[in-house]
Amino acid sequence: MFIPNTEAERNEMLQKIGLSKIEDLFSDVPKEFRYPDLNLPEAVSEMEALQNLKDLAIANDSTDDLICFLGAGAYNHYIPASVDAIITRGEFLTAYTPYQPEVSQGTLQAIFEYQSLVASITGMDVSNASHYDGATAAAEACVLAYHHFRGKRNKFILSRYLHPHYRETIKTYFQGYEKIQITGDNAVEGLQKNEDLLKLVDYETAIVYVQYPDFLGRIHDFKAFAEQVHAVGAILAVSVNPLALGLIKPPSEFDADIVTGEGQPLGIPLSYGGPYLGLFATKNQFVRKLSGRLVGETVDNKGNKGYVLTLTAREQHIRREKATSNICTNQGLIALTSTVYMSLLGKQGLKQVAKLNYDKAHYAADQISKLKGFEVVDLGAFFNEFVVRTPKPVSELNSLLLDYDILGGYDLSNDYPELENHMLLAVTEMNTKDDIDYLVEILQEVTND
Amino acid sequence: MTEPTIFEISSPGRTGVKFQSSDVPEFDVPKEFLRDELPMPEVSEIDVIRHFTRLSQLNYSIDTGYYPLGSCTMKFNPRINEVTARLTGFAKVHPLQPVETVQGSLALMYDLQNWLGEISGFPGITLQPAAGAHGEYVGVMIIRAYHKDRNDSKRTKMLIPDSAHGTNPASSAMSGFDVVPVATDKNGNVDLDSLRAVCDENTAGLMLTNPNTLGLFEQDVVEVINIVHKAGGLVYGDGANLNALLGVVRPGDLGIDIMHFNLHKTFSTPHGGGGPGSGPVGVAAHLEDFLPCPTVGILEEGSEDYPPLYGFVEPAKSIGRMKAFFGHFGMMVRAYTYISMYGKEGLKNIAEGSVLNANYLMTLLKDTYKLAYDRLCMHEFVLEGHWPDAPGIHALDIAKRLMDYNFHPPTNYFPLIVPEALMIEPTETESKQTLDLFADAMLKIAEEAKNEPDLLKSAPHNTPIGRLDEVKAAKDLVLCCWIPEKNS
Repeated sequence: MFIPNTEAERNEMLQKIGLSKIEDLFSDVPKEFRYPDLNLPEAVSEMEALQNLKDLAIANDSTDDLICFLGAGAYNHYIPASVDAIITRGEFLTAYTPYQPEVSQGTLQAIFEYQSLVASITGMDVSNASHYDGATAAAEACVLAYHHFRGKRNKFILSRYLHPHYRETIKTYFQGYEKIQITGDNAVEGLQKNEDLLKLVDYETAIVYVQYPDFLGRIHDFKAFAEQVHAVGAILAVSVNPLALGLIKPPSEFDADIVTGEGQPLGIPLSYGGPYLGLFATKNQFVRKLSGRLVGETVDNKGNKGYVLTLTAREQHIRREKATSNICTNQGLIALTSTVYMSLLGKQGLKQVAKLNYDKAHYAADQISKLKGFEVVDLGAFFNEFVVRTPKPVSELNSLLLDYDILGGYDLSNDYPELENHMLLAVTEMNTKDDIDYLVEILQEVTND
Repeated sequence: MTEPTIFEISSPGRTGVKFQSSDVPEFDVPKEFLRDELPMPEVSEIDVIRHFTRLSQLNYSIDTGYYPLGSCTMKFNPRINEVTARLTGFAKVHPLQPVETVQGSLALMYDLQNWLGEISGFPGITLQPAAGAHGEYVGVMIIRAYHKDRNDSKRTKMLIPDSAHGTNPASSAMSGFDVVPVATDKNGNVDLDSLRAVCDENTAGLMLTNPNTLGLFEQDVVEVINIVHKAGGLVYGDGANLNALLGVVRPGDLGIDIMHFNLHKTFSTPHGGGGPGSGPVGVAAHLEDFLPCPTVGILEEGSEDYPPLYGFVEPAKSIGRMKAFFGHFGMMVRAYTYISMYGKEGLKNIAEGSVLNANYLMTLLKDTYKLAYDRLCMHEFVLEGHWPDAPGIHALDIAKRLMDYNFHPPTNYFPLIVPEALMIEPTETESKQTLDLFADAMLKIAEEAKNEPDLLKSAPHNTPIGRLDEVKAAKDLVLCCWIPEKNS
């Protein structure tokens, strides 16, 4: 299977070492703890393993079995076949982190292109080589802000419509920092207004975090907002859905300082929540405070263009306890996935798929708004998600929808007590007009009582 | 041999994917939000396939050659893992689906939690951390939460042996602890006197890598743990080197309180050119309540006719959420597949194979290269890459010259306590023939170092590109395919 040496070879090797049996190799391990009896299943063959895993997989209802209108931070999109063809190549799949640039130019150039594509789509100057996901990227942005002000500004202001998991993650990361005050996302009556967030901004503020489109799917113009954040010298960070940026203005246009986001919509399978991709881009002025790996262009000893990991002096393996982040392994292959996806779609494809999402979501909102008992809430500009007030509790409604093979929207009351009976619906290019009409029909049917 | 960037091969009007035209009416995007410039490349599908295929060919990889990379456990990545992780029922499942519709995923996570717990001797497991360093951060936060919960606020020191990975001090500092180094003794173990001197009522914990980064099993591990426990501290085990222990000894049995796993080292999930990893964390019983939320549990017990209902549970004093959703599920599927194929009796073959390979290779090399600590090693060992009669030759030169023999270099300049370190970890998946060939190359290079040092100084010669100017990269700082205009 995976261990090639035969018994004869093992004996030959033992003899060379000067030992008589394998257990002698473990003489340093206290004898009373050696070779515990493990309560694990017996080994299975590859064929049996595949069958066992298939049995587990079919116990799930996939988005091939259900019509998916669920988003809330992870989206059902089409992934072109060429993406997997590239990322399953052993030369990418089984390579190590490119610390030896002479034999890692493939990975290094791909990351360099990833950085370029992310900088381009977000409109920012530089991108790092990725973080784990949208949540940890947001937490690392707060770490950057904290260090940028050398710990002297202790207020982090988070929009209530920054993804709930991202807000929780930021709070977890900073639980050891007793001076840090994380505010802005407390419960409100109805919907929080951006002006309410601004009221909290002062000279203690290190960072203000908003989402674009926000967790409720809405698109806001943050131009005036950004000016006020910058007026006190604070950092404006924006968490984005990168696919939306194929259609709507990038955060650079309202002068965001840091752009993070969940890269999953860029060709990455839903895979029950991961591995995904943390996007992280900033203005040039923060480049030396970026955490995570960075690839830079240089030349070799013959003057040929090549790529290396650069500014490594910021990182933990050099600075140890003086590093501002402990990040080491990140999302190499997933960054490559998004690079291939963005390359394949390119300028036209990204615009087209973003517009398909936009049109289908707007069509769905239009149709649902005509239903008795339903109301589309706060209908301003939105991308591919919107909030619907439902005549029944969302969990109840979703159980009914499941009977019709529909995966309904996200129950906002999970995170927002003030939004009881509010469902967040996502519509993507994967949903046909027929799917949407079917959803509308069933919504009416199951609430017609 | 250079490949133009994807931006350089762009040609206006091309695209690599055609989407269907819309079947719903068109809706206008308000002008104030509509993006006008989208400076992305325009290439066809064949352009993309050729470009990235060519790039792949510039890489070294496990599939194309041998990586003796210390501390990285570059073992073979079974292809069946890639098949199982891509099964539709796993790959096309949304993380926020009702639990009733994802019982397969949850059952897998529940079993994997139990299996990792059984393998390591820890009753509590979280699968949430995204990588080893992320798991470490969970570990140090649990240490903080544990002391805080006991109203023991004076514990500010984290003890870290000087041989530790850089992530250990970085994770500790990130969590607000003061890092206190502990020396290594002449046998390569934690120096007990040094430990006793700094371990006191202010000690929050010790971060211990065992086997340590010298590839040596801590001979006094039980005593080390006792010293820390007696002072009221906790012992964090860095699981980076767990491969050497699988089925042979369980860190939890030794008295370690917390440990992270690297699924991408020990459990064969691919390194992917630097991720994604996966860094589950195991804890002893007294720390289970502090695990990140949520973990997977049984919501309703099953019966003979019905399987149990799996779902999410929140540990009572949880440190909170570490990332969105539940962790790198795709990596969990791979690790689950791998463990199931070894089973209860087979896992020890991994540890035995890796330790045998390391000792065999060490035996072949130790007369020619100075061995930092001359005793039986575990899964890896550390050589010194310099000789008195080859002045001017450094570990780096040996590393680069190895590329000419079509081997990936070992980890070099780590651990920091060994001069000119070459850290070599063969893993169990390499054959005796490969190890013999690698040893031959190493011995030949040792000869060259004395007789033809320029061959080493100017190496590599046979790679797609020569030694790169890292100073220029950091000075000129070109991080994109174009030079961005100065922003403000």
